[in-house]
This record gives sequence, C-alpha cells and structure tokens, in this order.
Amino acid sequence: MTFLRAHRTIATVIAFVLVYAIIKVLNRAGILNAYYIQLIMLVGINIVMTVSLGMVNGFTGQFSIGHAGFMAVGAYTSAMITTVWLHATTANPWVGYPVFIVAILAGGLMAAGAGYLVGAPSLRLKGDYLAIVTLCANELIRTVIRVTDVLGGPRGLGGIPKFTTLEVVFVFAIVSVVLMRNYLFSSHGRSMKAIRDSEIAAEATGINTTKQKVFVFVFSAFFAGVSGGVFAHLLQFIHPDNFSFMKSLEYLIYLYIGGAESISGAIVGPVIFTLLPELMRSLQSWRMVIYPLILILTMIFRTEGIMGLKEFSFILIPQRQRKEATA
Amino acid sequence: MRRLLAIILVCTLIAGVGVGCKKAEVKPTDQVVNLGAISCMTGGSATFGTSNKNGATMAVEEFNTAGGAMVGGVKTTINFINEDDAGSPEVGASAAHKLIDNDKVIGIIGAVMSKVSLAVAPIAQAAGVPEISGTSTNEKVTLVGDYIFRACFIDSFQGTVMANYAYNTLKVKTAACLFDNGNDYPKGLAESFKAGFEKLGGKVVASEAFTDEDKTVDFKAQLTKIKAAKPEFLYLPGYYGSTALILKQAREMGLNCPAGGGDGWDSPDLVKIGGAAVEGSVFSNHFSKDDPSPKVQAFVTAYTTKYGAAPDAFAALAYDAAGLFLDAFKTAGSIKGSDIRDAIKNTTFSGIAGAYKFDANRNPIKSAVILQITNGQQTYLTTVNP
Amino acid sequence: MGQFLQQLINGIQIGSIYALIALGYTMVYGIVKLINFAHADIFMVGAYMGFFLAPVMAKIFGGAFIPTIIAAMLITGLLGFVMEKLAYRPLRYKSRLSALITALGVSIFLENFCAMPFVFGPTFRKFPDLIVAKNIPIPGNLGLSISNVLLLDVGVSVFLMVLLFWFVNKTLIGKQMRAVSFDKPTASLMGINIDVVISTAFIVGAALAGAGGILYGTTYGMLASPFLGIWPGMKAFIAAVLGGIGNIPGAVLGAYIMGISEAFATSVNSNLGYGIAFAILIGILLIRPSGLLGKFVPEKV
Repeated sequence: MTFLRAHRTIATVIAFVLVYAIIKVLNRAGILNAYYIQLIMLVGINIVMTVSLGMVNGFTGQFSIGHAGFMAVGAYTSAMITTVWLHATTANPWVGYPVFIVAILAGGLMAAGAGYLVGAPSLRLKGDYLAIVTLCANELIRTVIRVTDVLGGPRGLGGIPKFTTLEVVFVFAIVSVVLMRNYLFSSHGRSMKAIRDSEIAAEATGINTTKQKVFVFVFSAFFAGVSGGVFAHLLQFIHPDNFSFMKSLEYLIYLYIGGAESISGAIVGPVIFTLLPELMRSLQSWRMVIYPLILILTMIFRTEGIMGLKEFSFILIPQRQRKEATA
Repeated sequence: MRRLLAIILVCTLIAGVGVGCKKAEVKPTDQVVNLGAISCMTGGSATFGTSNKNGATMAVEEFNTAGGAMVGGVKTTINFINEDDAGSPEVGASAAHKLIDNDKVIGIIGAVMSKVSLAVAPIAQAAGVPEISGTSTNEKVTLVGDYIFRACFIDSFQGTVMANYAYNTLKVKTAACLFDNGNDYPKGLAESFKAGFEKLGGKVVASEAFTDEDKTVDFKAQLTKIKAAKPEFLYLPGYYGSTALILKQAREMGLNCPAGGGDGWDSPDLVKIGGAAVEGSVFSNHFSKDDPSPKVQAFVTAYTTKYGAAPDAFAALAYDAAGLFLDAFKTAGSIKGSDIRDAIKNTTFSGIAGAYKFDANRNPIKSAVILQITNGQQTYLTTVNP
Repeated sequence: MGQFLQQLINGIQIGSIYALIALGYTMVYGIVKLINFAHADIFMVGAYMGFFLAPVMAKIFGGAFIPTIIAAMLITGLLGFVMEKLAYRPLRYKSRLSALITALGVSIFLENFCAMPFVFGPTFRKFPDLIVAKNIPIPGNLGLSISNVLLLDVGVSVFLMVLLFWFVNKTLIGKQMRAVSFDKPTASLMGINIDVVISTAFIVGAALAGAGGILYGTTYGMLASPFLGIWPGMKAFIAAVLGGIGNIPGAVLGAYIMGISEAFATSVNSNLGYGIAFAILIGILLIRPSGLLGKFVPEKV
C-alpha cells in the first residue's frame, strides 16, 4: 500500500488501464455494446469540455457561456481537413491517424484563435458583459457556419471518417486533463485564482489581469476545439445546431453542479449528466426542466457544487515537500 | 470518504447502464421482431414527429392484424419502438445506436428532418440495417449508402413543380421568393424554383431571405423590398408558421399577389394562424386527403378515428414508408438486413401517397399534388407527374 | 425615399416592443446589478397570458384588449415578484456569479417548463385577434403604409413609458428606487426598506415586459413556442446596454436605435439584419462600455 501511495503516478496509470481493460472485456462479452461504448466516448469528450470550461469559469471566476462555439470551430476545421481537403479514411490507419491528429490539433488552434478574437476585446470589461459577448459569439459562429456553403451550411457536414474510438477518447481525455491540471497547479493557476478572488488585489500585486484572463480563455478554447474535432469524428456528421447555446448550457450545468472550482467536479458532472439521461430515456422531455432546477437549487443551497474544493487523489500532484521533510 | 462515494456512484451508474439492456427472447412457434422509428417528438417540429410515429404505428398494427410475415416457417409479428430525436442530429444518432445495438431492430422508419437523417444514416448503413425516411427531402440522405431509402420526392423536384404551375397555369411572368437561407429545405426549394421558373422564361425579380426561422417574426423589411419590385407571384417555400406570418404581414402592407409554397405548408395551423391572408394560395404536397380514391379515404377515416385528427402529409408518408418496409419484409421472408434491402429496392408497392418505384439513388419516382386553400380548407387542384 | 421612410416606420414599431422589455432589464440591473436572463421569459409568459386570457376577458368585459393587457401585466408582475423572492433574494449577498448562473437556470427552467404539453405546449399558438388589423395607406405618392397595429404598439408603449417616468421621478417609492440603485448600503441606513424597493423594481419591470408580450402577440399574431422570448430579449438587453445599463431613458433610446438599425440592416441583407445586434454590441463594448447615456462608474476597493 505504501508502495502505491509513494508511486502515485504509476498507481493512477494502472488504474486507468484497468478501467479501460474492464470496458473492453465487457464489450467483447456483449454486455457493453456499441451503444454504451458510444456513451462512454461522449462522456470522455464532455469531461474535456467541462474541465476546459472550468478553467475559465471556475478557476478564473469569469462567466463564459458560449463554449460550444469554440467546439464548433474545432469540429468544422478538423472535419474539413480530413473530409474535404485531404480525403483521409480509416482504410489506411498509418496514413489516416496522423492526418486525424493533425486535423484535431489544427481545430484546436483555430478555436484558440477564435478564443483570442472573442476574449481580447471583452475580457477588459466586467464579468457580466462577458456572458452576453460569449453568448453572442456562440451564435455568431453558428450563423457564419450556417451561411457558408463550403462548410456544408445548413445541410451540415457529413461523411466524416470515424477515427474516434474508445482508445482515442481515453488517450485524449487523459492527456487533456493532465495538461490542464498541470497548468492549474502552476504559478499561472495561482494567478488565476487570485484574479477570481479579487481582481483588484491581484492587479495590485502586479499580475496583468487582462493578459492572464485572455491567456486562460484562449487555452480553454484550444481544448474545446480539440474536443470538437474528436466529437466530429465520432458522430461522422456535424450540423450547426449541434453547437447551439443549448449545448453550451449543458456544459455549464455539468460544471456548476459538479463543482466549478474543482477539476474533479468538472469530471464528476459530465459523467453523471451524460449517463443519466440515457438511463431515463423515457423522461427525456423532462430533462431540461429538471436540470435547471437542480442548478438553481445547487446555487442556493450548495454553491460550491458536489465536489466543492476537494479533488480526487489522482488529480493532485504529489507534494514535493513531504519527501524533503523526511529526508 | 467523498472520493469513495464518488467512485461508488460512478460504478453504480456504469453497472446500472449495463444491467439496463435486455435481450429479446426468441419463441419457437412465433416470434416478435422489433421495428424502430426515429421521430422528433419534442422540439419545434413536434407535430411532424407525432405524425411520423402515428402513421408508422398504424401501418405496423395493420400488418400484425393481417397475420404478419413468415420467416423461415415462423410467424413473425412486429413490435414497434419509437425513439425521440428532439430535432437534434446528436440525439438522433444516439437513438439510432439504441435501436440498432440494444433493440436489434430490423429496420428504421425515420428520421423526419433531413439533418437528423444525415446523422442516422451512416449508423444504419454501417450496421446493415435498412432505413426508410418518410420525409427527409435532402438529396444527400440516400447517397450515404445502399441501405438508405426515402418515401418522398426530393427538394429539387418540388421547386420545379411550383415553377411550372406558376408560369404555365397561373401565367405569371415575374416572381419573388422569401425563404430561410439558414435551412436546407427552403433553400433547396427556392433554388430549384428559381432555376425552373427562369428556364421557362420567367424572371425572379426579388429574392429575399431571413435567417433562422425560429427566431424571425418580423418580415416587413424584406417585404418592403419585395413590394417595391412588384412581383406577380410570391414563392414561400418555408414551414407553415413563418409562411402564415409572412402572408399576414404582406397583406397588411398591401402586397396582394398570389402566393405558393411547398409541403412545409401542410398543416391546419397555416389557416389558423394566417386566416384570410392565406386564402387562395397554392402549395405542392405529397398527398391530398381529399383524394377520392378508396384507399386514401380508408386511411384518412381510420387515422382520424384512431388519433382524433386528420392525417397530414408526414403521417401519410410515414404510413407508406412503414408499409413499404413491411411489404418488403414479407416478400423477403427474412430478418436479414441485406435481404430486406434487396426487396425494398425492387418493390412495386403502391401506397396512399403514390406508387413507389426507386431510382438508382433510392429515391422514389413519384408525382406531386397541388393543393389550394379555399375557404380555409385544402382543396385538390391537380397532380403533377415527374 | 419611400422605402427609407417605410423602413424607418417599421423600425419604430419594433423598437417600441424592445423598449418595454429593455426597461425591465435596465431597472433590475440598476437596482441589484444582475442581468436577469429570465426577463425574456417573463415577456414570453405575458404573451401566452394574452392567448389564454383574451377569450375570457372578451366574455366578461366585451372589449378584449385593455382588460387583457392589464391582467397580463398583473400576472407577469406577480411572476417577477415570486422569481425575485425565491431565486434571487437568497443569493443577494453571495457572489454575483452565483446569481447570474441562477438567473440562467430560471430562464431555462421557465422555457422548458412552459414547453411541457400540460403548460403551454411546444407548438404554435395563434394569438387571438385583439384588434382587427387594417392597413392605412398614407396619402401621398411615397407608397407608405402603416397599420392600426403599429399605432397601437407605439401608442401603448409610449403611454407606459410616460407612466414609468412619472413613477420613478415623482413618487416616493420611485425616489427610493433611485436611491437604492445609487448606493444601496447608505439607502438602507436612511431607513429605506431594501426588500420592498427591490421587489417593486422587479414587479414593475416584469409588468412592462408582460405588456410587451401582449403587444408582440397582437402585432405578429402567432406565438411560435415558449422559446420566443430569447431573441427579442437578447436584442432588448443589447439595447439596454447601448443606452447605458441602469439608465432608464437610455434603455428607451437604445431600443429605438436597435429597432431602426435592424429594419435597415435587414433590408440590405437578412444576414446583416441578424448580425446587426451583435455588431452593435461589439461596437459599444469596444468604444463606450458604459453606453450612450451611462456614466462610467469606477470600481471602488
């Protein structure tokens, strides 16, 4: 046990591999069929989206409510690359997969660019305005896609090869969460929390608040874009309506109920709320009545969400001081 | 402690999801297989989804009552499962997976909206499950693969039908269009109307658009421009809600030329909302409930009795799509996707919204009807053959 | 020239409805610094109340318009009061972010709850004809026309706005409202009952939105779905920001500018009309965030 605790990283890796193996075995045994595998993949994508949103909304204390817009940018960019421009297929994986990876990274970069365009002018202003600006940005991005026939316009963009598999989602989710976690635990992360707690005090201590806010915003948009790419190659068909304000809202609900100021919260939220509606398919029409109610009640009675400020142990970086103290 | 709770919660969820699937039991002497449908039961087009579900349900019930089909010597009846797609491609895809992977359906009737069908089709195609959409008019849907069919004519045909009617029958030489250019269906219709009308020698003097049907209620800016161009005919290829509003506002502004549209007009709400403004206007449709043929009337009566409202084109098409599928299923005598698909391909099924013969792209070669609003009712004018 | 004037007239009509909604946003923001996302849905409820109440009112009172609009305003005012008491008051002294999220939650809840079949249902409703629409061509050769509906919209809006100005500037409670929006803690030290004042602001704002809803129903004749408030609400909010959020005359000014710009932009290109709202928003935020009539309030430490 002490061995595992000391070598936490290895333990975490083993745990994830085990989970993956269990899922695979259940799949082979026919207990978890393609329908459930697809659900699990969606959970993975939603986790990355929610954690990226959490960086801006939870850790930096801003109110960005148009995250799906960046997802759209990433989805369309990557789909255009694989489908229209480079005609990649799953037929030849050695060629296909590198193209896929390039495509989703390109999607992420485009989304980051969009994030900069939206964030740079508006993050100077008080938080309230950012909400409306991000909402409008989301809609604007959607409209631009809708009237651009090259992107498929209102017909949507189809024929996207199915590069996204369970393995891809696992790797992508783990890598993304680790990257974001490391960022949040760094000095940048502390600046973000300082801004969240008191922007004026943070400014007074020498933090360039606007620059920091824009950086986080762009960083978060990048991950949203990459998620969009993975999403597009799962669904094989994307349409502007996939990325409407309703979708942004879903991520907000996952985040705030899970716990905005905790990475683990941003993981728990999507897991529960992606799986739950599929279990209660008969109650599908009540979903958007119940969810906001839970959100309101959470805000009134437990503002910090399910996880509060606590994190799962695999999220926390082992403290170096402990080793030094015993040395 | 919290971590433990969270882990238990997640494991329970996954277990619950896993337990949630049941396997269909196979009885030796007669069996039941599942037929699925994907309809937009919630969302802005909910009435279309309900029609889709009702039409298909009726066809299935009639099939079962008539004795079902014989598959390998075993009498087989159908259990109909309808899933909601909420008008969203994503939910539709998830519904498709559920129907195919969990319920092991032998076919899918749906989806209603083209954008959902485009998301569902690749899944059905990859799984070898035949899909017939009653109402998705976008060309690309059936191009996804050979398991995908549709029971309605495609957008390019409808626009031309109205263009011919306007030019040849109404004898108008100039026309104007007003449509939602953020939506595939009206856009396609408007484009084919313009092409057809101009080919005949007419001129489209004004073509105005609005973005996002759901959000636009005020068309006065566009109508002011159209009025200034003095068209003799107004083509409104959208859905009944916005069409009713447009016509109301047009008449309020003194724009009184004849108007026409497509099958999106097919709803009693067109007259309810538009009132006197829609009187005299014409539209192309898949079927008319006034068609005197006994088959159509029997359907209309049965549907009205069962559901308390007259069937619209969506219900009729769904009824035909399901009927066609079940007929092919009976002919094939097999629950294998490829067998049913082949039977569908070669079908000569005669439904209530026309006779079905599929072309190379799995689109039916069918005629359209032109209906007119007279005294607040849909009256049948004429049939146009392809 | 004729077209220009006609579009101007179209814009004024739209602007009148936006103004009624914008006033609610601006009043609430002025008092509690909250963007009430659910305000647009109060507008929606007002419109639906017209749908349900008009036949009843016609039977009781004979003429339908005035009783319906009064009843709708009473109901939406009550809704505003309940909303504030249940959802926003518990969060009054917590972070503004929580209140914003809650507002979003209330908005989504209202929309979807009303979309339930046993409430308003998700499908189109025809709004009852409270007045019979008549086209009134304007004499002269410019080809202009207005309708009696337009006169109604502008007339009712202006009447209510005048009523509001009187209320805010000439009554005691109006003065209290202005005091609270200027400096809340000091106002409470002066003996003003903050709860009452805040509730009043919500009620009045909501009632105006309700009136806007009735006018909307009368003008367009159709209620598409319980989500119909989102878009006009968004534009009205941008109008309020344009005029200077928290500033009542600003909201009215912003609303008319918004309506007129929209009419002209749409006549050029419908996509432009759709995007003009965003363009205005971005413009304000880049050039003058405090809005046309607003004051720049420095953040105090």
